[in-house]
Amino acid sequence: MIKSDKTEKDIIKRFSGLNLNIKLYTMVLALVAIWIIFSVATDGNFITPRNISNLLRQTTVTGILAIGMVFVIIAGQIDLSVGSLLGLTGGIAAILNVWYNLNGLVSIFVALIIGILLGLWNGWWVAYRNVPAFIVTLAGLLVFRGILIGISKGYTIAPLSTDFQFIGQAYLTPSSGYILGVVAVFLVIYLVLNSRKTKAKYNLELPPLWIDMLKIAILIFFIGLFIFILNLYRGVPLSVLILLILMLVFSYISSKTVFGRRVYAIGGNVEAAKLSGIDVKKITLILFALNGLLAAFAGVLLTSTLNAASVSAGQNAELDAIAASVIGGASLSGGVGTVFGAVIGALVMASIDNGMSMLNSPPFWQFVVKGLILLIAVWVDVISKNK
Amino acid sequence: MSEYILEMYNITKEFPGIRALDNVSFKVKRGEIHALCGENGAGKSTLMKILSGVYPYGTYSGEIFFNGEKLILHSIKDAEKKGIAIIHQELALIKELSVKENIFIGNEPNKNGIVDFDQMYLNAKKILQQFNLDIDPNTLVKNLGVGQQQLVEIAKALSKNASLLILDEPTSSLTEADVEILLKILKKLKENGVTCIYISHKLDEVMEIADTVTVIRDGKTIGTDSAKNLTKEKIISMMVGRELSQLYPREKHFIGEVFFEVKDFNVYDTKIQNRRIVKNVSFKLRKGEILGIAGLIGAGRTELVSSIFGSYPGKWTGDVYLEGKNVIIKNPSDALKYGIAMVPEDRKKEGLISLMSVKENMTISNLENYKKNLIGTINENRELLDVKDYIKKINIKTSHFSTQVKNLSGGNQQKVVLAKNLLSKPKILILDEPTRGIDVGAKYEIYKLMFSLAKEGISIIMISSELPEILGISDRIIVIHDGEKKGEFENKNVTQEMIMQCAIGGRSNND
Repeated sequence: MIKSDKTEKDIIKRFSGLNLNIKLYTMVLALVAIWIIFSVATDGNFITPRNISNLLRQTTVTGILAIGMVFVIIAGQIDLSVGSLLGLTGGIAAILNVWYNLNGLVSIFVALIIGILLGLWNGWWVAYRNVPAFIVTLAGLLVFRGILIGISKGYTIAPLSTDFQFIGQAYLTPSSGYILGVVAVFLVIYLVLNSRKTKAKYNLELPPLWIDMLKIAILIFFIGLFIFILNLYRGVPLSVLILLILMLVFSYISSKTVFGRRVYAIGGNVEAAKLSGIDVKKITLILFALNGLLAAFAGVLLTSTLNAASVSAGQNAELDAIAASVIGGASLSGGVGTVFGAVIGALVMASIDNGMSMLNSPPFWQFVVKGLILLIAVWVDVISKNK
Repeated sequence: MSEYILEMYNITKEFPGIRALDNVSFKVKRGEIHALCGENGAGKSTLMKILSGVYPYGTYSGEIFFNGEKLILHSIKDAEKKGIAIIHQELALIKELSVKENIFIGNEPNKNGIVDFDQMYLNAKKILQQFNLDIDPNTLVKNLGVGQQQLVEIAKALSKNASLLILDEPTSSLTEADVEILLKILKKLKENGVTCIYISHKLDEVMEIADTVTVIRDGKTIGTDSAKNLTKEKIISMMVGRELSQLYPREKHFIGEVFFEVKDFNVYDTKIQNRRIVKNVSFKLRKGEILGIAGLIGAGRTELVSSIFGSYPGKWTGDVYLEGKNVIIKNPSDALKYGIAMVPEDRKKEGLISLMSVKENMTISNLENYKKNLIGTINENRELLDVKDYIKKINIKTSHFSTQVKNLSGGNQQKVVLAKNLLSKPKILILDEPTRGIDVGAKYEIYKLMFSLAKEGISIIMISSELPEILGISDRIIVIHDGEKKGEFENKNVTQEMIMQCAIGGRSNND
């Protein structure tokens, strides 16, 4: 069909090199709109450095879950067990740390390994026993929560050792924050220039220099702004830094590696993927294992932030993660979605929670509003596709 | 009443950025079979979608008169009420329901909302008998062959008292025998006064059945004429706007020694245990040879090649020898490793990942080659070079390598699937119905590509249900009937009749 080719060609020509992703930009705009509304409604209290810092910290758990979830969703699967998995791994880490006096880092490490194992359990049933992911992970949701209640005997487990508390509660000192910023800036510049160099080596078309320069300038501006604002309060929170690093790593995996490309292929058309020689079962297994690992990350972080593990930790977190992925542009029919989008989606959800509690609106409204935002986000996507 | 049942005047339909139909006028006489020809993307389907209410009144300009009355349609349902029914290329049957339920879906005989299944059974039986169709109305559609499913579609349209029947590429997935049945039924319908618009790329059928032919190209009417005054060549030149010197651009190529051999292949049904779909098939393939596999649909050809390629979902037994060595292929990834690539029968379902770009589709089975480090980062520059190279080499018409592949025409999509397989540098290329549903121009290019591959020493196995294609392209032909190899021909002085004889061989014993 020539019809869409032509318009698309125009767009590509005009914006070549800008990596135009309209869906993503709409979402970022929506986020900005939400922030402006809350800022006005709270007389500016919403955008104080202190609240921004809190908001970002509130985003970390859902954000980390969403990173794993979006991968699973892109592959056309679903994981309903991550909330329970988060609770169980966080609980195990706390039990080891508090009841068995194990060193904080060792407890965390064990929890992460258990996260991977439980993820493998989910993945094995889905990939090699052909049980639908919805059922496997619904079972996981019940089983993992049950185990947590059993091993914790229903107690809240606290307080944690200081090294355990550190990862969820520490902040970078302002100066180390700036040093990190400078390193990031140099990295950005290096990566952009290096990409130009290799492209030139392969005789491929280069985007105009000014576009790359603009890209660098925008990135430097945001890195600087981010660190500056957070330094106005207590510095960059360690947990937020962890979220950012995970986001970058998994963004890279999804968009730049063979593994990532195959995940999209499986979600896009599993039959064609199989015929293209892709080992769908193996990749599905790895995906669920990764999701287990990320859920364990989130569990450890939540336990550390709260300085306690409880039997109800992470209840309904899987639904927040799915909503964040979908708000961030993922499609439950598979093949579509981005890690960055999912994290933005998590930020949207956290912003609503945060802003509405600042307005002292009763908590039930948060559920109503989040639900409606999810509905509207998908609806907007549907109508924009039909145009 | 006027002579014409349908008159469409000055129809113009625009999509963002393109005029799909440009002042098209199209008139169909009452009771005739009117063939509508044109390459893919010429605007045939758009015109028929307007006529059947898919694009409602107001989304196009121009006027339509049906039985002399101005036709204003707001939905497909409207069109059906007026007696216009369309049968799409992709069948719209519900596989898990029975034939009778499919025929009367949305139109069920009922008493106070409770479906009267006995009545439905009888009505369905009556309609099927009208055309001497020996199908039990209680059979589930999924258990019918594609050809019979097509006939059920027609029965469904007739149950709604259609007076104008539109058939969009009805035979693209039918075997010669099923085509015969279909054409017979259309002739019978004509006797009963049903008017037919028949869209097809298969000009032999058009010449056999049509009273009048209209050709459209690039959204414009090129001409309408009585079929008597036309020849196949004339229609083709009207369609493509140029004379094709020949449909099959045969080129001499060197054929080497036998280097691939399939021995005693048995393929079993996925559902019914011990039922063999392929029975003891063996064949040899020489280097640089194009081997055609002919046969009726359902004869087991696709099952045979997909087992060889390792993608058949059920059980199979048999040996494969590559350059004299027995190789074991358990899955497609093994096959690709040994240099065997396959272009599957169903492009959309098995070949393409429609959400992905042209580039990503082309390299998806070959990503290992672009890894540049241990974590598997793709060397996107090298990838892009290869992609651009192949876009040029096999002339894929796309605005950009990052265009989503679903936006390409059928022919160009098929070329993307071909490019994907060629990028894996195969020694053997299996093509299952490589030109199904694509237009004459793109077909020609695909044939040319096949010959140039053969010249490079790549061996090709081609399944095709179009006999002229089998005869026009293959160096050697094997014919499969009901899972067995019934014949093998060096392609010299072979006729369509000889192959057909084999393809239906043994059938007369059963009937």
